[in-house]
Amino acid sequence: MDEVFRTAWPAVVASTARLTGDLDLAEDCAQEALERALRSWPAGEPDNRTGWLTTTAHRIALDRLRREATLRRKLPLLVEPAGEDGPGPTDPLRLVFTCCHPALAPESQVALTLRLVCGVDVPAIAAVLLSGEAGVARRITRAKQKIAAARIPFRVPDDDELPARLDAVLTVVHLVHTAGHRGSATALRDPDLTGRATELARMLVRLLPGEPEPRALLALVLLTEARGPARTDSAGDLVLLADQDRSRWDRALIHEGLTLAVSALRDGRRGRFALQAGIAGIHATARSWAETDWPKLVTTYEALMRVWPTPVVALNRTVARSRLEGADLRGALRELDALAPSLAGYPYLPVARADVLVRLDRPEEAAAAYDEALALTANPVERRFLIRRRTDLLPGA
Amino acid sequence: MARYVFLMYDAEDWYDTADEQGVADEMRLHEEFMAAVEAAGASVVGGEALERSSTASTVRRGESGALVTDGPFADTKEALGGFYVIDAPDLDAALRLAELCPAGNVEVRPVMDLPEG
Repeated sequence: MDEVFRTAWPAVVASTARLTGDLDLAEDCAQEALERALRSWPAGEPDNRTGWLTTTAHRIALDRLRREATLRRKLPLLVEPAGEDGPGPTDPLRLVFTCCHPALAPESQVALTLRLVCGVDVPAIAAVLLSGEAGVARRITRAKQKIAAARIPFRVPDDDELPARLDAVLTVVHLVHTAGHRGSATALRDPDLTGRATELARMLVRLLPGEPEPRALLALVLLTEARGPARTDSAGDLVLLADQDRSRWDRALIHEGLTLAVSALRDGRRGRFALQAGIAGIHATARSWAETDWPKLVTTYEALMRVWPTPVVALNRTVARSRLEGADLRGALRELDALAPSLAGYPYLPVARADVLVRLDRPEEAAAAYDEALALTANPVERRFLIRRRTDLLPGA
Repeated sequence: MARYVFLMYDAEDWYDTADEQGVADEMRLHEEFMAAVEAAGASVVGGEALERSSTASTVRRGESGALVTDGPFADTKEALGGFYVIDAPDLDAALRLAELCPAGNVEVRPVMDLPEG
């Protein structure tokens, strides 16, 4: 799907869903409209491409509804507020909130958002979620059935519910970005997926201009993207933040990301994405790894730990603290070991341990920690990196 | 309006320990809940409190006829102790009401919308 289809897709699905009251049908018709466009546009593109796709999807939907009228006895999608006529600009936002409803399992929220909002096909979603295609297809079908049967409303939540519901939406968008950033089987980065996450974040900023957290998420995504070109070297090997050639970072993205991060942090609420964007901003503005503002990084991680106390944040806080002048490395090691039960299977924990062990001059244990990380890592680029680290550690072995 | 059944699951020691006052307190909680449902613009269509799960009998229909066994279908630490049938505008409204429902665990199930007649 090229750029035009990607940006048009959520509007086409959402307005067709509202017209027909049927997410399944909306998805099918958006897909068919897209296929028709691929066939007919080469002969001459319409001026308003989103409009063309929407009208075509609507026409296909109405045709099908007429043909199948006798077969169809389905619960209509619950569009709220009732009485509002016709598709509107907030429809894509309604679609996102419906897909990320807390009554749906988190994996279903991600799969449904990728399919209905981003237009990613089932095989690609299966690759992102590291699961089978049949399972993903079933998951999406069941989620759509639940939306209809349990009457999950197609609406933007009220102000009192918005913060919690928005957090679920932002979490899904962030997961999509992380999945794209960590890469599929062979590459470290899936630009298509990170691009979609960025577009989703931009859409949320546009449709919820009064909320700081969508701005913060967009900032986080852009600041991460800015480092993209420097994350691998000419041989395609992974380069850690500490060793990256910072002149290869994308200055324009950093500038936009920082502006958004500052504006999100200025809001008194300082949500978790605002603080994460702040952390990305601290790295983005440091001229070198050595010149990183570690004390500021530590206080930001501590603030993040207060609003979002997860084991991964605790891990990163410990790593940041271990970089402070005169840090207690043995204490850091104890903190990392204490996290082991809650982070079993998370490869960055043994990587962090290895790093501290190297600094404590305990290379054999560090090598064992890299082995542990290797056993948990599938991405070939990350594996090459870990093997190289391990080899450098014990040159004689 | 959509119709939901609220299935209430709780530990069953309440049946052993509740005295007259305990039962009265429980009744009051349920009256408050029903008032809250009406106040929210939803309505209670039905509901019952159930005797403890050890009083249940389960009939399994197999190929060689029905088999009656003692006890509930699923033996769980927290057992089905009662239910409500509630009409609410949508799942969000129903879930907010379930938060007010005086039970440790409330399963909210949509009622199947069957054609009339």
